[in-house]
Amino acid sequence: MLKYSIRRLLQSLVTVFIVITLVFLLMRLLPEEGYFGDGYDKLTPEQRENILRKFGLLDPWYIQLRNFYSSLLRGDLGKSIIYRPDVPVIAIIKDKAPFSIAFGLASIFVSLLFGLTMGITMARNKGRFWDKLWTAYVVFINAVPAAVYLLFIQLYLTGIKIGKKPVFPMLFSRGNPRSWILPLLSMSLGGIAGYALWMRRYMVDQLNQDYVKLARAKGLSNNQIMVRHVMRNAFVPMAQYLPSSVLLTISGSIYIESLYSIPGMGGLLVDVIQRQDNVMVQALVLIYSTLGIWGLFLGDILMAVFDPRIRLEKREGAR
Amino acid sequence: MSQKELQVIQAIEDDLFTFAEYDPQAAERVGYSDYSYWGSTLKIFFKNKTVIFFLVLMASLILFATIQPYLPGQKSPTKIHTDPVTGRPLQNQKPSSEFWFGTNVIGQDLWARIWSGTRTSLLIAIIVGIWEVFFGIFIGAIWGYVRQLDAFMTEAYNVINNIPTTILLMLLAYILRPSFKTMVIAMCATGWLGMARFVRNQIVIIRDREYNLASRCLGTPTTRIITKNLLPYLVSVIVMRIALSIPGTIGWEVFLTYIGLGLPIDTPSLGNLLNEGRQVMMAPNLRYQLIFPAVVLSVITISFYVLGNAFADASDPRNHY
Repeated sequence: MLKYSIRRLLQSLVTVFIVITLVFLLMRLLPEEGYFGDGYDKLTPEQRENILRKFGLLDPWYIQLRNFYSSLLRGDLGKSIIYRPDVPVIAIIKDKAPFSIAFGLASIFVSLLFGLTMGITMARNKGRFWDKLWTAYVVFINAVPAAVYLLFIQLYLTGIKIGKKPVFPMLFSRGNPRSWILPLLSMSLGGIAGYALWMRRYMVDQLNQDYVKLARAKGLSNNQIMVRHVMRNAFVPMAQYLPSSVLLTISGSIYIESLYSIPGMGGLLVDVIQRQDNVMVQALVLIYSTLGIWGLFLGDILMAVFDPRIRLEKREGAR
Repeated sequence: MSQKELQVIQAIEDDLFTFAEYDPQAAERVGYSDYSYWGSTLKIFFKNKTVIFFLVLMASLILFATIQPYLPGQKSPTKIHTDPVTGRPLQNQKPSSEFWFGTNVIGQDLWARIWSGTRTSLLIAIIVGIWEVFFGIFIGAIWGYVRQLDAFMTEAYNVINNIPTTILLMLLAYILRPSFKTMVIAMCATGWLGMARFVRNQIVIIRDREYNLASRCLGTPTTRIITKNLLPYLVSVIVMRIALSIPGTIGWEVFLTYIGLGLPIDTPSLGNLLNEGRQVMMAPNLRYQLIFPAVVLSVITISFYVLGNAFADASDPRNHY
């Protein structure tokens, strides 16, 4: 396992190197006009050239790439060029990331808690009332596009009033815990439905297995069978995704953060790509891809922890 | 031998040990079974009344979306209607006998736009969905099972997965004109990743189970292990994942439109329509522009979800009889 982990971690360095180089080159393929935003037509050719020179975009691409790597090796992610000119990328991320991480982690916790409980309830009552009720919820959340139901949640729930004061404010503010509830709820509804849907599916598939019959014949109580056998088996496939989703909470949620004006990371990558702030794009892709790759790796490890029958490293005779 | 055992033996009647007459029919009964896996899966699937309902609903929706432009009295989805007297565009008309679903902010007929959009979105979803299913399952199965390829596949997955789709879409839009085609290319380029990872995880879980070990010891070729041992075991979860992938693709298209990288406005799609609807939804009397496309999308999604779930339930052979 240790050898395997070291190999995967070393491999992840190579992957990040490839990803970041590709993204660097792809960004250089985008049209030059993109660097000027709406002001393109107002600038004279000399002004345009000056701006491009300032960004270091007039050098041949291999010189640009070399400069990028040498500053990266010194631990410098660079300064934003367009999004917030001359502000270090690290400072921007430090400003924004805590909001996204806090909301993301809280939402994962809520989703796991309610989603798994809901899925277990559904599987244990398959075809009966609770199964049908929660299936209706899961279907509804999956059916209505998030872009739509999130709007309605904000529209109607902010209208609830006690006396004359609205219970939930329309926008997020840091000092007011009541303004945290709606974003958290909106963020968790999809997660709850997802975990419930898959927990139900995996549990239903497991409940028909022979080992459940054996456990029952052995005289184990229903709860013991559920917790010690069925749930543990059912959770394995979901465990793979857990580390990725925890690590990638930093990327935030684009719909919700813009709806409630949360100053988080949601949509930042899309925004800086569209405005062609190369330095920001490279830094964000570097961070996200490192976390994504580790997420996949840690997911594999977690899966093997939950189910010791899973062997990750190569063994004699295995293909 | 004790007295009791002796008694038991003596109690066995001798005629139990004579030869039975050969009966070919009885021999058939034990030796032959007409059980077919997909046959019984489909039988259980179609027994479900909800399934029939949603199948009919789905089929009529697709059929109607296909033939709608050829029906008499249909309007063009992109024509801007104007008032014959004043020559002004008929903006934001309420649903009426002339415009069944009303008109949008620039005066286009919402009824025609919704069906045209449904055609576009369903077509994208079906193309991307089929690609995702075949390519994703193929890659996922090999990635999960063949360990020599694990390092390479993981590398490839991580590289492709971590290059933002936004960059690809912007490059494509720069090289080609944004259109139905660029959308499908971009979505196919990255859409299979989720399915591949999903199938790979499932296979990693079961690849070293004893029955696969036994197959390996007997020298079964890899292709046969994948198609006969691994994939049949995963039918229910894979079907569930497929059922979610078509609504997922439509939702993705909505998202791409939201960040400004969707189809051009002159190609109506459910993504475009929902986005137009979102922009006017703060005005309660214009909210129908959001609700109508959302309802059509929900009907599609609910049908796929219910059918997928029912098929997944039916595909478990332990429930067959």
